[in-house]
Amino acid sequence: MTDTLSPESGLERSDAAGYFTPGEPIRDAKAPAGPISEKWTKRRFEARLVNPANRRKLSVIIVGTGLAGGAAAATLGEAGYQVKSFCYQDSPRRAHSIAAQGGINAAKNYKADGDSVERLFYDTVKGGDYRSREANVYRLAEESVNIIDQCVAQGVPFAREYGGLLDNRSFGGVQVSRTFYARGQTGQQLLLGAYQALERQVAAGTVTTYTKHEMLELIVADGRTRGIIARNLVTGEIETHLADVVVLASGGYGNVFFLSTNAMGSNVTATWRAHRKGAYMANPCYTQIHPTCIPVSGEHQSKLTLMSESLRNDGRIWVPKRAEDCTKDPREIPEEDRDYYLERIYPSFGNLVPRDIASRQAKNVCDEGRGVGPMVGDFRRGVYLDFSDAIERMGRAAVEEKYGNLFDMYARITGEDPYEVPMRIYPAVHYVMGGLWVDYDLESNLKGLFVTGEANFSDHGANRLGASALMQGLADGYFVLPNTIRDYLADGPFEKIDESHPAVVEARRSVEERIEKFLSINGTRSVDSFHRELGHIMWEYCGMERSEEGLRKAIDMIRELKREFWSNLRVLGTADSLNQSLEKAGRVADFIELGELMCIDALNRRESCGGHFRAESQTEDGEALRDDANFAYVAAWEWGGEDGQPVLHKEDLVYEAIEMKQRSYK
Amino acid sequence: MRLKLKIWRQPAAHAKGEMRDYDLDGVSPDMSFLEMLDVLNERLTEQGEDPVAFDHDCREGICGSCDLMINGEAHGPEVTTTCQLHMRSFRDGQEIVIEPWRSDAFPVIKDLVVDRSAFDRIIAAGGYVSVNTGAAPDAHATPVPQEDAARAFNVATCIGCGACVAACPNGSASLFLGAKITHLGALPQGQPERDERVVNMVAQHDAEGFGGCTNIGACTNSCPKEIPLDVISQLNKDLRTAMRHGH
Repeated sequence: MTDTLSPESGLERSDAAGYFTPGEPIRDAKAPAGPISEKWTKRRFEARLVNPANRRKLSVIIVGTGLAGGAAAATLGEAGYQVKSFCYQDSPRRAHSIAAQGGINAAKNYKADGDSVERLFYDTVKGGDYRSREANVYRLAEESVNIIDQCVAQGVPFAREYGGLLDNRSFGGVQVSRTFYARGQTGQQLLLGAYQALERQVAAGTVTTYTKHEMLELIVADGRTRGIIARNLVTGEIETHLADVVVLASGGYGNVFFLSTNAMGSNVTATWRAHRKGAYMANPCYTQIHPTCIPVSGEHQSKLTLMSESLRNDGRIWVPKRAEDCTKDPREIPEEDRDYYLERIYPSFGNLVPRDIASRQAKNVCDEGRGVGPMVGDFRRGVYLDFSDAIERMGRAAVEEKYGNLFDMYARITGEDPYEVPMRIYPAVHYVMGGLWVDYDLESNLKGLFVTGEANFSDHGANRLGASALMQGLADGYFVLPNTIRDYLADGPFEKIDESHPAVVEARRSVEERIEKFLSINGTRSVDSFHRELGHIMWEYCGMERSEEGLRKAIDMIRELKREFWSNLRVLGTADSLNQSLEKAGRVADFIELGELMCIDALNRRESCGGHFRAESQTEDGEALRDDANFAYVAAWEWGGEDGQPVLHKEDLVYEAIEMKQRSYK
Repeated sequence: MRLKLKIWRQPAAHAKGEMRDYDLDGVSPDMSFLEMLDVLNERLTEQGEDPVAFDHDCREGICGSCDLMINGEAHGPEVTTTCQLHMRSFRDGQEIVIEPWRSDAFPVIKDLVVDRSAFDRIIAAGGYVSVNTGAAPDAHATPVPQEDAARAFNVATCIGCGACVAACPNGSASLFLGAKITHLGALPQGQPERDERVVNMVAQHDAEGFGGCTNIGACTNSCPKEIPLDVISQLNKDLRTAMRHGH
């Protein structure tokens, strides 16, 4: 199955040998000892307190205003710290968390259907294919309960039953109804709750917001993270912001694929600049491909639109049994000629199998030539998501009540009426489980640099369950970080540094030089053209299925692309004004470097797990095959320098509360 | 498709702006309006002309970033956000005039990008429930009648894009304000601060330079989330009640 020898053998023979340097293992992720259900209580108790009078002397920088960053800024502001909050958007309310549609999980057991903290914990670890850190996930499940209380108290309008109590539904890959939702706009409502709490602190004077600002460098002085260099995107001014601690809550890097469901501005720069300053980037190759997106319609496409996978609760997925039926009107294909492939292969989960399985099976049937919809390139990339049974069973009005806005959105984008003709869906890049490495306290390996939400790697393993992203963002922001960061801040305030400190001078200089460089290359190609090309490489070779041969090829192509980028880029305009091409240039430069690391990580991991499917590691019937003997570890990569190789540090994943099993949904 | 574009170009906040003409061909009806602008910007970059700056982000109709006046209408001819407007809504050969939001309270930053931070300051003036993190009772402790919850949800869908302001001949932000007042006012959690909230938010609205409402209704007609006009009646009602209570 695998020819990679165990690292303990001392004779490491990885597929990626020659692309990286082995480093020291990470021996301690700092989760407290003892039973898993007591770890978080213990840590909260042991984390030192900061006297309220001392809090206003302590300053916190938070980059990003989504669920994790917005919630953290609001909570730390309430506690009395001086908070500076940064976002590249024109308002914190526009952070990309706002686009999450489906819902948020919580182990409330309001439906009395057997849910519990233990079950949410178990489902999340299993769903992540045993590649997440057990202690973190247990804490996430524990805090999930508090999130709902907090949000309801803020006025978040969750769906309710006639009796006035909250309604729940079940969601991708689980058999209990633990998902709270606000029609198809749960992310929006939760974010507005956090944003409003944040604005309340702005009025109270504890939080200062810096909108249309982008972090371009991290300041690490005398062994501690002490601030950031940011560019004011309106005036172009390069600003130095110093503080006692820095929190990155800057989201994920799915836009490395160019086409994704991420907002156009979502980028990796904040975390990548931190990585280059020494922060480890963990499991960068773990990408979640979402099964229910609107298929690509043509070459002009700038992004892909996701539809909530709650649609899978009532919609049935199928393709024609015969390739020659694929161009027919689906309504004219009789029941016996349809292949409800998920229900056929996974009878106990059917259309609700986890996302990675649903995505890969969609790709498989399209690769077989049974895809539907317009021909893009040389084949059809789409499968039907059919609501005709649901409309018959529940009535059109009930379907409209539940999914109306999603149906309208689909109709608007495709020009087709999904009440009449089955929707078409295809997988698209949606979320990344990789991110900066953090310990149990959400602190990176750089002292004083904390990382929350999608920007860190810890809670979702190799695959994120539906409705768990919002849960992690808010758990980190409202409840985890504020408790762990105080232990760090208890040693502060740290010795004042000013703008003349060599670390600050160096950080500023590197930002200024980089900007000058972008503007002076004066080549012939636009930033977007480079981004699009990088995206093609990543989707083709580091997308739904990866192979050794493809990944090696991709690394060569990315290195070539990088050379061309730095010699043939064209950025017009100046540095001292709003310059959107210049903004993109910095982001794409970082995406190119990240893309290379993602491919190296994918090449090294010769196993299939969650959203990472290696062609060389599958069972006889084509299911993902994990290799726990060799890969039950977090791959934490250290920047190896401009011309050096990345250094691989491994954190072994040890499961004490849960038994590792081969994941099966059959 | 072939289009004749007339676009507002203004290099900086205090620079003089002007309408400029661009001919653009090879536009597909399946493109979104913003993808059409992407294509224009690619061509401008090739020709060495500064690309057109415009605000956009999620391109899924939810973040509220995109903000274009298209042929004199906020977000263009359909009731949606600009990112969800597709070129199939236009004719081959059509002339399309593209301008930034027009409002004194939303000053132009560059080309089609305006500053909407006034909206954040209105929310900061009271558009929240004062509950500290960790101090919440169990979510089931306060039942909310389904009808009230639905009312709250329907108006909480406001994305803060500012189309209501851009469409209003008075430049009023009453629809935006009314939506938040109505959302929080429909829920038990919003009651304790109800009077204070409306008074402070209205005061901030006026201080930002937004105009008064004269019930024209252009706001609701151009709102991509179809926030109904009666949120403004609710706003006025809440304001009267607060004043009766001595605020």
